[in-house]
Amino acid sequence: MGFDQYHEPPDELPEQTRTFARLCSSLTEEAEAIGWYEQRLAIEKDPEALAVMADAVGEEYKHFSMDLEFLLRRTPKWRQIAEGVLFKPGDIVEHGEAAEAAADDDGDEDGDAAPGAAPSGGSLRIGSLRGEGL
Amino acid sequence: MSQNHLLREHAPITDAGWELIDEEARERLTPGLAARRLVDFSGPLGWEHSATNVGRVERANVSEIKGIEANRRVVLPLVELRAPFTVSREELRAGDRGAEDVDFAALDAAAQRVVEAENASVFHAWPKAGIDGIASSSPHKPITRKKSFEDYPGCVARAVELLLRSGIAGPYGVALGREDYTSVVETAEHGGYPLLEHLREIVKGPLVWAPGVKGAVVLSMRGGDFAFESGEDLSVGYASHDANVVNLYIEESYSFRVLTPEAAVAITAPRGR
Repeated sequence: MGFDQYHEPPDELPEQTRTFARLCSSLTEEAEAIGWYEQRLAIEKDPEALAVMADAVGEEYKHFSMDLEFLLRRTPKWRQIAEGVLFKPGDIVEHGEAAEAAADDDGDEDGDAAPGAAPSGGSLRIGSLRGEGL
Repeated sequence: MSQNHLLREHAPITDAGWELIDEEARERLTPGLAARRLVDFSGPLGWEHSATNVGRVERANVSEIKGIEANRRVVLPLVELRAPFTVSREELRAGDRGAEDVDFAALDAAAQRVVEAENASVFHAWPKAGIDGIASSSPHKPITRKKSFEDYPGCVARAVELLLRSGIAGPYGVALGREDYTSVVETAEHGGYPLLEHLREIVKGPLVWAPGVKGAVVLSMRGGDFAFESGEDLSVGYASHDANVVNLYIEESYSFRVLTPEAAVAITAPRGR
C-alpha cells in the first residue's frame, strides 16, 4: 500500500495535516473519476450502460462535494475565497481575483499583512484538536 | 488590511511582539483544550455569527392578528468568553531585542482561565450561558472511584459497559481532570503495568488532560452526540495601553449542545476526602 499523498515524511506531520492530505487525495481521485465518466458517457452507445454510468457519476459528484466541504471547513482562508467564487454568475476570474484580494485584506498568510495583523486577523487558529491525546 | 474588532493595529506592539504573544498564547492554550479533542467541532463561523440553529420554535403563539399563527424560532445564542491580561511594554521591548525569556505570566494565567472555562462549560454546564454540560446532562449515575485509584480501570470499564448497554458505540475517549490525570500517569498497577496503558486498551480512544473538569468523563467519540460550534476561534485582541503596560485579552465565541445525553458517564471522587 502506498502513501503517495504525503509530500513530507508522515512521521513528522501532525495528525490534522495527515487527515487534510488524505482528503486532498480523495478530492483529486473523485475529480479524476468525474473526468473519466465524462469521457465514457461521451462515447457510449448502449442506453442501459449510459444509465448506469450516469448514475455512477452522480456518486462521484457527491463524494467530490463532501471532500471539498470538509477541506473548506478546516481552511478558513480557502473557504473565504471559495465563497467569493462558487455559485455566482458572472466572470469567474474576476470573482477569483476579488475574493483573493478580500481574503488577503483580512489578514493573509502571505506575509504582506499590515502591522498587528496575524494569520486570519488575530485568530490563533487552534480549531479542532479531535483525537489528539495521550 | 481591514481592521477587525480585535483592534490589534492600535496596540503599541511590533509585528515581532505580536508573533511572540500569539505563539505564547497558542502554546499555553492548546494542551488543555480537552473538549476540542473529544467532541464534534464546527466552525469557526466568524465573530458575526450569533446563534446556533436548534430547529425548534417556541410553543406560544405570538400573533395579534386573527387567522394568523406566529411562532418565534428558538436559537442557542453563542457565548462570548474573554480573559483580560496585561503585558509590560518593557518586556515587549526586550522581546524585540531578541530576549528569549519575555515575561508573559499574565498571558499564561489568562490562557489557563480560558482553558478551564471552556472545559468546565462543556463538561459541567454553564447555565447562565445556556450551555448544558456533558456530565451534568448524562442520565447515567456517576461511577465513584476509590480514593487510591487502584480500581480506576474497573471504573472506566464499567463506564464503557454502561455506554454499550445503552446502545452507544465507540470509540470512546476520557477527559481526565487534574487529579485524575496525574494519578493515571504516575500509577502502576500490581505487576508494574502502567495504568495509562490499561485504560488505553479499554477505551480505544484518546485520554485527555482536562483542567477544569472534576473527576473524569468517559464519552463516545462516534460523532453526532456533542456539538461545539465556534463563532470566533480563540484570538488575542487589544483593549488599551498606557506608558507601562498594554492591556490585551484572549477571546472566543461558541455554543455547545449535548445531543445524546446518554453518550457519556462521569467518574467522580469518593466523598469525605
